[in-house]
Formats: sequence, structure tokens, C-alpha cells
Amino acid sequence: MTLLITVFAAVIATVLWYTRKNDNLGLGFLCFMFWGASIMWLVDAVFEYVELKEAYFTPALEDMINDTFLGLSVVALALVVWVVRLLITDPRGVVRRSLKNSAAR
Amino acid sequence: MACFTATVAEAVVVKVIEKVEEKKEIKAAEGGAKAEVSTHIPFSRKLKWLTSMLIGGSFLLAFEHVWHGEVVPWFPFLTAMNNPEDAAEMFSEIATVGVCMAALVTLVWVGMCIAADAIVKRAAGSGEVEA
Repeated sequence: MTLLITVFAAVIATVLWYTRKNDNLGLGFLCFMFWGASIMWLVDAVFEYVELKEAYFTPALEDMINDTFLGLSVVALALVVWVVRLLITDPRGVVRRSLKNSAAR
Repeated sequence: MACFTATVAEAVVVKVIEKVEEKKEIKAAEGGAKAEVSTHIPFSRKLKWLTSMLIGGSFLLAFEHVWHGEVVPWFPFLTAMNNPEDAAEMFSEIATVGVCMAALVTLVWVGMCIAADAIVKRAAGSGEVEA
């Protein structure tokens, strides 16, 4: 479930990056982060499948809920990292302008 | 258990190579080397794609390990290090799952680089790329 949620997040981030004319929101970094994690969890899933065989596709309800919660938390964490990076790098100069205006008042 | 450490290690090595390559490219540009901006993606930029995938992915994977209680904020940071049996299992997991993760991410990156070069070359051939 964590893998699925991360893959969906990666696809959505990539589509958003593709549809923007200029990537001045740093969406590229978000895409790389989600795709990197997706590939890593894919390998993890393959190893787990080799170990569990068919049982891999029929997880217990409790495990599924826990994995869903984890997947959503992972997406939230990645979004927080992306927003913090966006505010620090400030590619549109919004933060700098806002701070300058605050200082001028 | 700690499979993400393999990708973290690769990320550190690639980051160092990226910085060295970046310096070389800046030096070459200052030295008056012929600019190949329109038909060539700088290698340092390609390495940046790889480090972003490795660092970003490892960070999210590390969070998963914290979630499962395998990584803790106190020494030795990995709960598997508390007894030799778990430690042996952890090292085995790093050597198998971790190395496979790093290899697959690198393989995907190689594919991306080949595709990106082909796209840039095709665009340059049809005159789409801005000088």
C-alpha cells in the first residue's frame, strides 16, 4: 500500500511538473524524491514477494491500514520537505520581497 | 532493517563526484571551451538527478524505518545493532535489498540519461532547442 500511494504521488507530481511551462516551484525535486522512494519500495516488494509468495497479495486488514497510514504520512513528509526547500531557495523571490516590505514598514 | 544505508552511501559518493564535475565544467567554461549548451546536457546536471533520487528516496525510506521502530534517535541508532543475530541479519539485508535498490535506481537513471540525450539531440536536429 505504501508503494502504491508513493507511485500515485510520483505520477501526479510528474504530471504537474510536465504541465507547467517553467518549473519555478521546484516540482522536479518532488518528482525525483517520489520516484526514488517508489523504486526502492518496489525492490523491497519484490524481495517480500519472493519470501511470502501469494500471501503477499492478501495482507491482513490491520497491516493494510497501517501501510496506508504510513504511505499518507510519507507523502505528507515529502510535501513538507518540498515546501521548506521552496521557501529557502525562493525561486520567485516572494519570501525576499515580503521580508523586504516588512522591514520597510 | 537498514537497507536505505546502501543508497545513502551511494548518494554521498555521487554528490562528491557531482561537485567535482561541476567545478571541472565551470573551469572549462571559463577557459573558453566551446559551449555545447544546446546539444548536450552537462554531466553534473545528470548526476544531480541521481543524487535527488537517492537522497529523496533514502530520506522517505528512513522515515519508514523510524515508523517501524528500526531506527531510533539514540546510539547506536539502529535497533538491530543491539544483538549480534539481528545485526548479522541487518548486514545481510543491506548487502541484498539495499544494494539492489541502489542498483535499480542507478539503472533507471542511466535509462533517463540516454532518453534525455536522445530527446535533446532530436530537438537540436529539428532546430527546436534555443541557443
